[in-house]
Amino acid sequence: MSENKEDRHVLTGRHFMNGDTACAEGAMAAGCSFFGGYPITPSTEIAERLARRLPEVGGVYIQMEDELASIASVLGASWTGARSMTATSGPGFSLMQENIGLGAFTETPCVIVNVQRGGPSTGLPTLVSQADMMQARWGSHGDYPVVAYCPASCQEMFDLTVLAFNMADRLRTPVFVMADEAIGHMTERVVIPDKSGIEHVVRKRPHAGPMDGLLPYEAEGSMVPPMPRVGRGYRIHVTGLTHDERGYPATDAATHDQLVRRLAGKLTRFAPEIIRIEEVQMEDAEVVLVAYGSTSRSARHAVTILREEGLPVGMLRLITAWPFPGDRIAQLAERGCRFVVPELNLGQMALEVERYARQPTTRVNHAGGQSLTPDQIAEVAREAMTCAREKSWSAITS
Amino acid sequence: MCPREIVVSDHKLDPILRSDRLPHIWCPGCGLGPAMACFANAIQESDIPVDKHVCVSGIGCTGRVAGYLNVDSFHTTHGRAIPFATGLKLSNPDLKVTVFSGDGDLFAIGGNHMLHAARRNIDITVICVNNFNYGMTGGQLGPTTPYAARTTTTPYGNPEGPLNIPHLVAALGAVFVARWTVLHVRQLQKAIAYALNKEGFTFIEVLSPCPVGFGRPNDLGDGIDEMQFYRQQSIVDDRAPLESVGIDMSKESTLVLGNFVDRERPVYQPMGTEPPEQREQTAVYHPADPEVKAREAP
Repeated sequence: MSENKEDRHVLTGRHFMNGDTACAEGAMAAGCSFFGGYPITPSTEIAERLARRLPEVGGVYIQMEDELASIASVLGASWTGARSMTATSGPGFSLMQENIGLGAFTETPCVIVNVQRGGPSTGLPTLVSQADMMQARWGSHGDYPVVAYCPASCQEMFDLTVLAFNMADRLRTPVFVMADEAIGHMTERVVIPDKSGIEHVVRKRPHAGPMDGLLPYEAEGSMVPPMPRVGRGYRIHVTGLTHDERGYPATDAATHDQLVRRLAGKLTRFAPEIIRIEEVQMEDAEVVLVAYGSTSRSARHAVTILREEGLPVGMLRLITAWPFPGDRIAQLAERGCRFVVPELNLGQMALEVERYARQPTTRVNHAGGQSLTPDQIAEVAREAMTCAREKSWSAITS
Repeated sequence: MCPREIVVSDHKLDPILRSDRLPHIWCPGCGLGPAMACFANAIQESDIPVDKHVCVSGIGCTGRVAGYLNVDSFHTTHGRAIPFATGLKLSNPDLKVTVFSGDGDLFAIGGNHMLHAARRNIDITVICVNNFNYGMTGGQLGPTTPYAARTTTTPYGNPEGPLNIPHLVAALGAVFVARWTVLHVRQLQKAIAYALNKEGFTFIEVLSPCPVGFGRPNDLGDGIDEMQFYRQQSIVDDRAPLESVGIDMSKESTLVLGNFVDRERPVYQPMGTEPPEQREQTAVYHPADPEVKAREAP
């Protein structure tokens, strides 16, 4: 190859590409050099694209024997210093859960893309759903930190994949891109900036000094310990058992409590950096649509419809689903806002909205297989508006 | 009376072991100590710098080995040591990655990964300690438990037949397949040292007593009695037909040991972007290849 390999990382320019491809290009631009995956609809195009693209820059693409192996290989690659990722959908995401816990507990940065399809079980392989949102939060056993982004366009498939890699390295934790089939398979314009326009957070490395004195799980001031690379003489031990600052197993209650709290604390501490929301026509909104992913596109349209009718409706779009932007929801509830939560499941993020708003929400649900239309959402929001004004909220939430 | 204290100021293996983590957790009579020592000696004597060695374990008694070795080491989830090791090795080919785990971890819950890593000929070494049962959880049925043997979950005897590990791994395409017991420390260490230096998927089965989990319910006596059994009943035959090397652990049975397979196959390597005609031609592996049998014992 006569081409400069460096040039192939970032496909600068304006493109017309589908969401899965944009996600793969986001990974390339972020400097991902390892993909271990297993084909599954509707995420397969990510693997196909990276199978072609990673070898162009000397990266590794390997199709593993299943999703258990995929995520395990991704964690292993991360410890060599590589940015590593996998992409899957519901059934594969279920199989990955145990090692997602290993990744969170051993503080191994990586990116896991879930292009959601109808579940449970094999469900609707080719059709849209958003029913893995709670699984993303609680899928592996135990308490552990979770960061999840929800792209709502092909452009965001690119942008949020880059962000996911940066946040994974920033926090030393697995980060999810919780896409959905509609976004993964839609094709629209994606603008890829030149390399200087791509943010790149460098993983914190141990300070220079005696290698044998390193405490690989000493968090220092930041709650995030620096991460050594294997093969550099640090002779680290990494275990899924509860471990002390040396990385040694320590099966006592005090160490366990301290470690699990520190991991959870990373999210609290860095929440302002992690959490991203978009607010649409929120200044005077009395009813707020809380939406994410492909559903937020219908919700945005619903806001336009209702505003044309003169109704004070706005949208809060969750770009970050986890950690949940609960403070903002609480503020809005304080202001007197009522919430309508459209989503392609039987009510998952609605639970979280209710928890922070301390009030019931109006839900607009479909179990998956088709998108909610703007009219469907507008109709429910219109009714919610009427009830809110008549102070008969309970009539429609019951 | 004051017990006599044995003070050892230093030991040859100190640089390779995390001595601040010793003593280990294994039961008296367990074979994991000698198996780990053979591996540690092989690391120390290998030409590969210690800092390039990585040990990956799964879960179980053998899974604890990674935590005692003073190399970069990973104690992963149950069954997933091989794919974790695959990610490490492919992402940094300078590393010498060894998976050190048990028969249950590698052949029951992790069996699928064994199958595909051997098929791909990933350049890693796998050391499998076979103690015929799940020791960590107190002696349950494993994929190597002999027919009719008693475990806590086969109180009337095991209705299943065990895997013949060398036969299986050879059929999967491993380039080096050996079996030794923890009594045969010299041969075991040499086999490990040879495997570490050989490119491709290399595999060593290590038979080990588990007097608490497997020995007691099956009248094999203490660890030392099982070692005696290994001494009396073992034969070394590098050219043994592998379909005949299954183990039933009955009193009169024979344990066939040796370096059974030593052959060459193209090692897994990601394809570059150059057109196919410019790639190096590689031999096609066929399981019936006469080269399958041992050429030269290490």
